[in-house]
Amino acid sequence: MKLPRWFHQLGSPPYVYRLAERLSPWLGWSGCLLIAVGALWGLFGAPPDFRQGEVYRIIYIHPQTSYVGMMAYVVMAVAGAVGFIWRIKLAHAVAVSAAPIGASFVLCSLITGAIWGRPTWGTYWEWGDPRIMSQTLLLFLFLGYLALRASFEDRDKADRVSAILAVVGVVNIPIIHYSVEWWNSLHQGPSITRLDEPAIHASMLVPFLIMVAGFTFFFYWLLLNRLQGEIVERERDARWVQELVSGGRP
Amino acid sequence: MLQTSAVLRGESLEVWRGERCLFEGLDFELASGGLAVVVGPNGAGKTTLLRTLAGLAPPTAGRATWGGTDVRSLSPDARGQIAYRGHLDALKRELTVVENLEFYRALAPRAAPLEPLLDELALAHVADVRARYLSAGQRRRTGLAALRLAGAKLWLLDEPTTNLDAAGRQLLADWVRRHLDEGGLAVIATHQPDLFAGRPAVVIEL
Amino acid sequence: MGAFRAIVLRDLRVAFRRWSEVANPFVFFAVVVALFPLSLSPSAPELRSIGVGVVWIAALLSSLLALDGLFRNDAEDGSLEQLLLSPVPFGVTVLAKIAAHWLVSVLPLVLLVPLSALSFRLPASGLPTLAFALLLATPSLSVLLALGAALTVSLKRGGAIIGLLILPLAAPLLIFGTRATDFALHGEPVAGPLYLLAAMAAAAVSLGPPAVAAALKVGLE
Repeated sequence: MKLPRWFHQLGSPPYVYRLAERLSPWLGWSGCLLIAVGALWGLFGAPPDFRQGEVYRIIYIHPQTSYVGMMAYVVMAVAGAVGFIWRIKLAHAVAVSAAPIGASFVLCSLITGAIWGRPTWGTYWEWGDPRIMSQTLLLFLFLGYLALRASFEDRDKADRVSAILAVVGVVNIPIIHYSVEWWNSLHQGPSITRLDEPAIHASMLVPFLIMVAGFTFFFYWLLLNRLQGEIVERERDARWVQELVSGGRP
Repeated sequence: MLQTSAVLRGESLEVWRGERCLFEGLDFELASGGLAVVVGPNGAGKTTLLRTLAGLAPPTAGRATWGGTDVRSLSPDARGQIAYRGHLDALKRELTVVENLEFYRALAPRAAPLEPLLDELALAHVADVRARYLSAGQRRRTGLAALRLAGAKLWLLDEPTTNLDAAGRQLLADWVRRHLDEGGLAVIATHQPDLFAGRPAVVIEL
Repeated sequence: MGAFRAIVLRDLRVAFRRWSEVANPFVFFAVVVALFPLSLSPSAPELRSIGVGVVWIAALLSSLLALDGLFRNDAEDGSLEQLLLSPVPFGVTVLAKIAAHWLVSVLPLVLLVPLSALSFRLPASGLPTLAFALLLATPSLSVLLALGAALTVSLKRGGAIIGLLILPLAAPLLIFGTRATDFALHGEPVAGPLYLLAAMAAAAVSLGPPAVAAALKVGLE
């Protein structure tokens, strides 16, 4: 199969390293700006919720962390699959870089969820909530991926074996998600307040979406930074890295 | 009769183990009746080369082809033409000699009969003994029986003389000679290249 | 097909000649089940309320212990290499090995689990559903176990992390399996979760072996 030129360029470590270097300030600054605007707007500009009061303002951080965690898993699996099928080492580098970021975001999502749960449900941890269960299982999937990688000495093998796990995991995530939803529908306790109350008012929605965009940029900024580190680590014997480290001097 | 497509070719093979280059720019061609002897000190990459030729491990660069097709993407039929025997004897310790060999016969499409082989290898008296009770030499002989059973055209043998006594080594040398006379090919990694002397061979020194 | 049969028969024969190793997980299952009443309470209503979950979890955990016979032993004695290089398509080999392992190490749970459920005072009316749900869940479970075993086949001590890799993926099996049994105990229709288990089994058996084969190929390099 003939692949387009940009595809091959994306397989070239120095090219991607420099691309990441050029892109990363844009992503970083716009992410920070969006998050700052969204947070200020969400915390001070948006009106309080008529049912949850001020507590609802967690929606300006919690759903975004869950969503980024899930997206990180998909990025990891797609990158792993690309690396496995076309034998592109750089794609594996992307997958490896995404994993710890994703795991951290899922952890943040569980923590922010617990902080919200305390005033709303009266408990930090509610086993009956399907989101908590889904996110917990997602965290375990990330941890399994990282543990599997860590147990291989040979990086090339670790790359390909963990790619298979990531792809199987990404196929399973929807199944896990819906099975947990279904499980919850049987145990629906005394009307648990859900975050996704319908018909969110525009004054709340705009900062919410700004935060979603901000977190997305923030994620890709982190990803590019980790990717740069990963590339340098993997290519440490290459001339261009030696030159890079020695500041251009041979 | 072997077809002309029975050609094993290494094209600029290069393999790295971690930070170390085992070999690079390795080119060779082996046609029907050809023998290649791989020599080199321990750790030079003899096993790695054979595993690469068998298609078990991918080379870092270059490729190995059998009949013009990359050994990593052979059809099942073409794969049946290649037999690889490594350090491990690939015997189930819980099964008897005959059970082990019958299993490998069931996998091969053109399997040879078992009885004469056992006699030839002096294994007839242990035919019903479980592999766990065999001596190392008997296990190796059973492994060689499995090699013959497969009826392959290309033999990839990694240190096949290990644990064999003088008679066993001689038998193996005879087999290889006969195999080559019949148009087969063999790549043998060995510390005893003299055993297969008396026949022009490609010598691959690692 | 001849090769499929030969591989299954060989693995069965090997398993029966290492029967103590094959039996270990079932003893483990029995011990785990026995520890639950000790750690909770022997009172009948309490046992009844946790019984289904306990036997499913115990079955899931014990199935993690029987994985060496699946690929690891074959990888260590070199026969897995020979199978990979043989003219038999590797996907068929993998499926045959999973089938043999299922017969020896997973299928007995379908008998054992309902029996131990009885000791938790579960009414006998729920047992056929329990056994049937298990039967439908076991193909998916076998494929997941095979995947865990294949991913870790080249690791010296791979067993330790298989649980971490596999158990989160097995959550849907657990959910639908235990719910089906619960429904049966409460006289509700059980078809829904059973259909879902069957669908997952079909998907696992058709999509799983290529993934397992790919993992084994990488592992054997």
